[in-house]
Amino acid sequence: MRRSVVYLSGLGFLFLLLAGIFFHAMYRQEHAVPRLNEMARIVKDLELTDLCLFTEARYTRHPSQADLQTAFQDHPMAMEHFPSGSFMKIPEGIGRNNGYETLDK
Amino acid sequence: MKRWINKQKNIIDFTISSLLRRKGKNTALFFVYTVIVFLLSSVMFYTHALKKEAKIILQSTPDIVVQRTMAGRHDLIPVRYAEEIRKIRGVNAATPRLWGYYYDPQSRANFTLMVSESHPLPSGDIIIGSGISRTLKVFQGDMMTFRTFKGDLLTLQVADILSSKSELVSSDLILLSEEDFRYLTGMAKEQATDVVVRVRNPKEFKTVAVKIVNLLPDTRPILKDEILRTYDSIFDWRSGMVVLVIFISVLAFIIFSWDKASGLSADERMEIGILKAIGWETSDVINMKFWEGTAISLTSFLSGVVLAYVHIFFTSAPLFVQVLKGWSILYPSFKLTPFINPYQIATLFFLTVVPYTVATIIPSWRAATVDPDSIMRS
Repeated sequence: MRRSVVYLSGLGFLFLLLAGIFFHAMYRQEHAVPRLNEMARIVKDLELTDLCLFTEARYTRHPSQADLQTAFQDHPMAMEHFPSGSFMKIPEGIGRNNGYETLDK
Repeated sequence: MKRWINKQKNIIDFTISSLLRRKGKNTALFFVYTVIVFLLSSVMFYTHALKKEAKIILQSTPDIVVQRTMAGRHDLIPVRYAEEIRKIRGVNAATPRLWGYYYDPQSRANFTLMVSESHPLPSGDIIIGSGISRTLKVFQGDMMTFRTFKGDLLTLQVADILSSKSELVSSDLILLSEEDFRYLTGMAKEQATDVVVRVRNPKEFKTVAVKIVNLLPDTRPILKDEILRTYDSIFDWRSGMVVLVIFISVLAFIIFSWDKASGLSADERMEIGILKAIGWETSDVINMKFWEGTAISLTSFLSGVVLAYVHIFFTSAPLFVQVLKGWSILYPSFKLTPFINPYQIATLFFLTVVPYTVATIIPSWRAATVDPDSIMRS
């Protein structure tokens, strides 16, 4: 078989796989509805505010409830004490006049 | 048309043979390229899916959470604050919330303790998250011992385990009765952790929040919108560690693109000279180089994207888990829902394939326009 045919077939196969991931994503999204609803129900029932992703420190377990100055308490972009701190962006409110500051009197 | 297709096929045949002549170098290039695309796509897929999931799940989070601050830090809120907040026009309900943390020195895990009105429990019973059950091997009917604020031991029985489907929000939760919570933490009867406020009209969240601050100046209201925005900014692919990964990948990519763009090897120049001498047009040479660039970049791109998808959505991102876990003992076990869109794929394509293809064509075009005789002599 010609090399060009082998190459183009391989490329075609990869494109099919790329299309396949979109179909797979659509399929999984449909099947995820009960799981997402269940989580949304628990969030509503228990009045939760955060995802349980980083349990190592207060402000990483509940970043939305942390003091404004808790995460990145040294200075913005400082090396964090906890590894997951390096995944978090500096809170939007720091140094800017947005909704946070007007409420935090 | 048929003639054009045949010509392209012949050029591809020649290009593949040419690439195979430098098998080692091109395999290494393909490998590095695929790894870079894989890393970039993994980060993009992971953060986007997590953000999207957080947005859906946290839609039902409280409208406003009111904290009390003292000396710039979160402090316990008096229960009577809830009564005062209830009097504000537009407020549907204001309920004190009891929750906190418990550090277990034996397992070195942090739990989130919570009293829930929706799960009323008799004193002595607890409901635990499935992350705690899995990590500590504690099951329904087992006993768990806690050390109270006074130092004495409190033993509670596991009445139930929260569904593992909800692990992303409840992995480290321990639900207990108000009596046990106050006994364990020493929180006084007239105090709570914060107050949850439900507002009738979503347009009035901010107005109500301002009224709360005016009425109770030592409080800090956190709006639902701010909670949602927190997750949007934490997992923004242009932030934190994510931006570092992308920066390193793009830098590596620039280095090898630059290597390509800065000139052709003597062998490659010689090859172009010979092709021109035996009658290839400049356009044919550029066409060949286009296929060469495409063969490497498009193949690596597609392989990288597909591998990243498998990594994130089939195997739950094993490469990222260790980094995300940090020092946590409890980490939720969850499979993300693949939320991907053509915009992400297009961004990755323009970040990786287009610059590389351009970088291979320009030096070839330069070499192809020079007299073949002078190329071969040099």
